[in-house]
Amino acid sequence: MQIPGLDLEFSALPAPVPVWHAQVTPAQWQMAATAVRDAGGRLLALWAGPTAQQGDAADISGHSAAPGQACMGAAYVTLEGAFWLSLPLAQQGGRWVYPDLASVFPCATRMQRAAADLSGVFALDAQDTRAWLNHGAWPQDHFPLQQDPDKLPLLAAGELVDYPFVHVDGDGVHEIAVGPVHAGIIEPGHFRFSVVGEKVLRLEQRLGYTHKGIEQRMTQLAPLQAHRLAGRVSGDSTVAYAWAYCMALESATQTTVPERAAWLRALMLERERIANHLGDLGALGNDAAFAFGLAQFSRLREDWLRAAKTVFGHRLMMDCIVPGGVNCDVDLAQRELLLQQCDAVEKEVRTLFTIYEAHAGLQDRFMTTGRVAPELAAQLGLTGLAGRASSQSWDLRCDQPWLPYSDMAVVMATHHNGDVAARVAVRFDEVFESLRLIRRLLVEMPIGDLLCPVVLPRQPTRGAGWVEGWRGELFVALELAGSDQKNRILRCHLHDPSTQNWPVLEHAIMGDIVPDFPLINKSFNLSYSGQDL
Amino acid sequence: MIWKVVRQIAKTGICTEPAPDIGAIDAAQAARIQQELLDILGQALSIREVDAGSCNGCELEINALGNPYYNLEGLGIKFVASPRHADLLLVTGPVSRNMETALKRTYDATPEPKLVVAVGDCACDGGLFGESYASCGRVSNVIPVDEVIAGCPPPPLAILRGILKAVRRRVVQPTGAVRLRL
Repeated sequence: MQIPGLDLEFSALPAPVPVWHAQVTPAQWQMAATAVRDAGGRLLALWAGPTAQQGDAADISGHSAAPGQACMGAAYVTLEGAFWLSLPLAQQGGRWVYPDLASVFPCATRMQRAAADLSGVFALDAQDTRAWLNHGAWPQDHFPLQQDPDKLPLLAAGELVDYPFVHVDGDGVHEIAVGPVHAGIIEPGHFRFSVVGEKVLRLEQRLGYTHKGIEQRMTQLAPLQAHRLAGRVSGDSTVAYAWAYCMALESATQTTVPERAAWLRALMLERERIANHLGDLGALGNDAAFAFGLAQFSRLREDWLRAAKTVFGHRLMMDCIVPGGVNCDVDLAQRELLLQQCDAVEKEVRTLFTIYEAHAGLQDRFMTTGRVAPELAAQLGLTGLAGRASSQSWDLRCDQPWLPYSDMAVVMATHHNGDVAARVAVRFDEVFESLRLIRRLLVEMPIGDLLCPVVLPRQPTRGAGWVEGWRGELFVALELAGSDQKNRILRCHLHDPSTQNWPVLEHAIMGDIVPDFPLINKSFNLSYSGQDL
Repeated sequence: MIWKVVRQIAKTGICTEPAPDIGAIDAAQAARIQQELLDILGQALSIREVDAGSCNGCELEINALGNPYYNLEGLGIKFVASPRHADLLLVTGPVSRNMETALKRTYDATPEPKLVVAVGDCACDGGLFGESYASCGRVSNVIPVDEVIAGCPPPPLAILRGILKAVRRRVVQPTGAVRLRL
């Protein structure tokens, strides 16, 4: 498999979705980015780690990788699948450096800044080099992912530093600073609005407040235990993250999960999608002062979560997906319960859909608000649900349908207006489609085992997980040491689609009024914890 | 248009009454909690929620307290937008080092009785994240905590019970006299 216009041999990773891996030189690193962009592809994730795998490093530099080396990783998506590139780094002026990708893919900017803070790797000629995750709480020259996980140093607590926000000057321009503690029951982050009267001229976000060192913590956990941490990267996507991590581990260990387990995973993933869409549809009504919507949808969501508790043992279905399969099952009575619930919820949501559609006040707030035009969405790499509302028609379940989606002919929900109304419409469509999928999954689910053993290999290995969560696609890049090092996790990067979408929110609010921000923000409903890690 | 809304409201009825899914036991608990809060406070309890670094799982369940089944406001509990209006801080997450200062300042801004309830396993003991260069671990490592609510995440009724326990412990005097320290 090849990236068009690039002479590079890829090797396929054993995963249910098509993922290829190759090692590149700095020149190829930049050429690959341009080739992918020119072929209409996207940047999926970018990260750094302490080392490439030993065999790889030997290919390039002639000696095997020792601790203290650094390596960049990037994953691209084309219609063929995902391409994972590893770039072993060389030092220049005492720093690990690599060619900047932000000039090709603007969404690389924050990923590069995060990589600089965590791994001490720097993009050459990058425009924005402000610290991103390091707010001053730990020393600027301490790079958490370059540490030996067994011998972590004690650090003196640092003072938080001021962040150089971009200032907007002019007659009547003033700033509104919001956060990190928000007025609602949501995650922490800081928003700096530059406004004239009610009109927002510019929004700048500062995130990283929920950074809790997940990727370093990953390297301290046993590979067969780490799915629990992956399931807590973002609580609303716990099923998707657990599946993505387990897929990566199963890819690295060449494990094929039993068919019934794959079907149960998909069942939970679609139920998670609906749970979140129900919550958002209610909250979006509420943010437009239509409290009726919140009351109705939050009631449906509660019914939905209670059924999850009854059938899967956990309201959010945490820890139900485990390496090698699942630890839950659906018996005949439970199947009936879930099927009946699909009918009940569908009936109610159809009623609420007609009410939302016909409500003039609601539509007045939704339409043209927070618009991201398709061209801008493509340029900035808007992805997932928000991307589909701006004509970015990518959905992994349709593009690369893996088991059991391969039998389901998933219909993608898209819209071209890119406003709040479009993101609401996509949610409604996806609820109905997921209800259809759930019915089929329940009725046609094959009988069989729920779990198979996962055997960690003697050799160092890598694996990838790639799952379409409710918010968008999650990508997990996992590198495991060999049995001589207890198969420990050398590097596990967990990528959340919020990383791409947060900067687009800064554009979506431009020209709208301040009171529309909560509505626009909710229509994206991005994860803070998932991007902060 | 409006008749559709009215019809849906009428059809839905009042969910806060014992709903078929809740089961008799949970419904009884909800009623008891309501009465206890009224007995102790005699007025609304104002809560400021602070996510100090959670995965958002606890926030989902805290938000669920507002749905018609639990009807938190009907119990005399409301979430407020500022710590300056709050009697109680509901804190989630292992406290990230990036949130440590913000959490301390929120605590300082809260007037008496300044109750603090730590919600979720991470807030209780650091959870899976523990203490590290980026995480201070449990909430009580940063501010004083009155009550902890275990669970990952704790279900809405457990959160409600924890809130009530905190209020009861701090506000009810040993003699049995009821007084809100304001």
